[in-house]
Amino acid sequence: MNHLDLLTFARGDALNWALILFAAGVVLRLFEIFGLGRKADLAKPRTNSPGSGWRTVFTRSLPPQGLLNREPVTYVGGYVFHLGLFATILFFAPHIEFFDDLFGISWPNLPSALVDASAVAAIVALCVLLAHRITNPVKRMLSGFGDYLAWALTLLPLLTGYLSFHHLLFEYTLMLSLHLFSVELLLVLLPFTKLFHTFSVFISRWYNGDIFGRKGTAS
Amino acid sequence: MKQTNSPKVLQGTVGEGLEQRGITRREFLKFCTALTAMLALPPSMASVMAEAIAKARRQSVIWLSFQECTGCTESITRSHSPTLETLIFDLISLDYHHTLQAASAEAAELARTQAMQENAGKYLLVVDGSIPMGDPGYSTIAGISNYDMLIETAKGAAAIVAVGTCATYGGLPKADPNPTGAVAVSDIIKDKPIINVPGCPPIPVVMTGVLAHFLTFGSIPELDDLGRPKSFYGETIHDRCYRRPFYDQGKFAQTFDDEAARMGWCLFKLGCKGPVTYNACATTKWNDGTSFPIQSGHGCIGCSEPNFWDAGPLYKALSMPVSATASMLGAAAVAGAAAGVAITWHNRSTKASAKAAHEKVTPQELLREDK
Repeated sequence: MNHLDLLTFARGDALNWALILFAAGVVLRLFEIFGLGRKADLAKPRTNSPGSGWRTVFTRSLPPQGLLNREPVTYVGGYVFHLGLFATILFFAPHIEFFDDLFGISWPNLPSALVDASAVAAIVALCVLLAHRITNPVKRMLSGFGDYLAWALTLLPLLTGYLSFHHLLFEYTLMLSLHLFSVELLLVLLPFTKLFHTFSVFISRWYNGDIFGRKGTAS
Repeated sequence: MKQTNSPKVLQGTVGEGLEQRGITRREFLKFCTALTAMLALPPSMASVMAEAIAKARRQSVIWLSFQECTGCTESITRSHSPTLETLIFDLISLDYHHTLQAASAEAAELARTQAMQENAGKYLLVVDGSIPMGDPGYSTIAGISNYDMLIETAKGAAAIVAVGTCATYGGLPKADPNPTGAVAVSDIIKDKPIINVPGCPPIPVVMTGVLAHFLTFGSIPELDDLGRPKSFYGETIHDRCYRRPFYDQGKFAQTFDDEAARMGWCLFKLGCKGPVTYNACATTKWNDGTSFPIQSGHGCIGCSEPNFWDAGPLYKALSMPVSATASMLGAAAVAGAAAGVAITWHNRSTKASAKAAHEKVTPQELLREDK
């Protein structure tokens, strides 16, 4: 199999299966989470706090008072990584073409140099966050295999994308295939790893906000 | 250097032939300088090449055409005339080429066998077209199957030049579902040096460049892992494309011949395969350096790459899926929902049975255990 055949496979059958497993996996997990349900809370709410869940969805995006100073690496690193990742995924012209082909919607792209800088920022942030995770005793204790797996699954598409854009390491066709394979690996494993927070983050924030509201610590 | 000695087939040197046709040494040197540059050789090699080619006896060449469209022959012979390239091409001894030769029937085949005998081990074999392995009857010449003719003629060849994507990688005949069982020359011949000159058709100067290299050094040029001369196929179309700066800036034509396309913006979104295609179109160009597909407003279709015909739709951008659709995702989501319902049912029944099996413990029982 030559490199172009590999790329055709990566864009074809491999991508189809990855997307099928991704879509089925995400819906399955959502059903699983919602289907499990919660026991009805029969206690009288301590405070009457309508909308506490919805407010928490937004307020948790900002660091609570004092925490930014205590944990600057986690917060700044987290922001830089996520914003860099979103800019790279959503505003690189070839990526928009992908979404356009699949869903029939498109939007203006950013200049490639800006996307490139975003990808570099995200990669650097990921590396800093990994170093912090390893050197910080609390984080290290809290980290398990799943955390490191999620880190690697996220880094690979960014790294291979950067290398293929700059024609580094391997020949371009091969590198582009590797980029697609890394994205496909991410798609397949996303529903079944901690990366599922992509879909569950706002659900769990709402739930936390709502339950804490009922317990008297409304946001 | 490999030189052929048969007076019957090879008459005079290339230099003598050029002189007869009124080509000055200055013009010839200019041509050799261009060739050395294209072959990525040091400039000093130009005079060495000129000397070698001028002294060389006309190289016997046997050209076999199998499952092909004659586009490769058109490309090489129907370039503007007369150019030095075509003259050089005239000045080889093209002993067999069933499209170009005047002889027909037995006389034509005789020319091939005669050239094979008289230049055994020295002639160059050029092949265009793929070889059908499904049934020999799919393509025959003078009642001889393509496979048999290739095996027979390759035996005494000094080297083989596979011209065009059909001969190099199977090309269009090999495209899915490959009804004739088409294969490339390199799939059959394993014991001869093979130079692949892919393209649909290949660029004429690449062909003359390869011949010039063979005449000068008596050897084949440096090849990449797909058997292509690195000097011509070392870089992608995209790398050398004049529209490349616009790709880097993220400026793309949205439709064919829109304002952006006319201003030279990148054709990536229109399906250009330049980034994954290794060829010299962007530098040598076509029709005496006039233009090349991307310059005329159409994306590269990747014709010099193996299996390009099956590498996804021609007008889909490289970053687009080959066949994935939103409805496919929808169907997967429905399947996921069904599996989710099944898992939920399982989880709930586990929960219910755990609840049913739960035995209540009274404070008295706990106190008894403590004692």
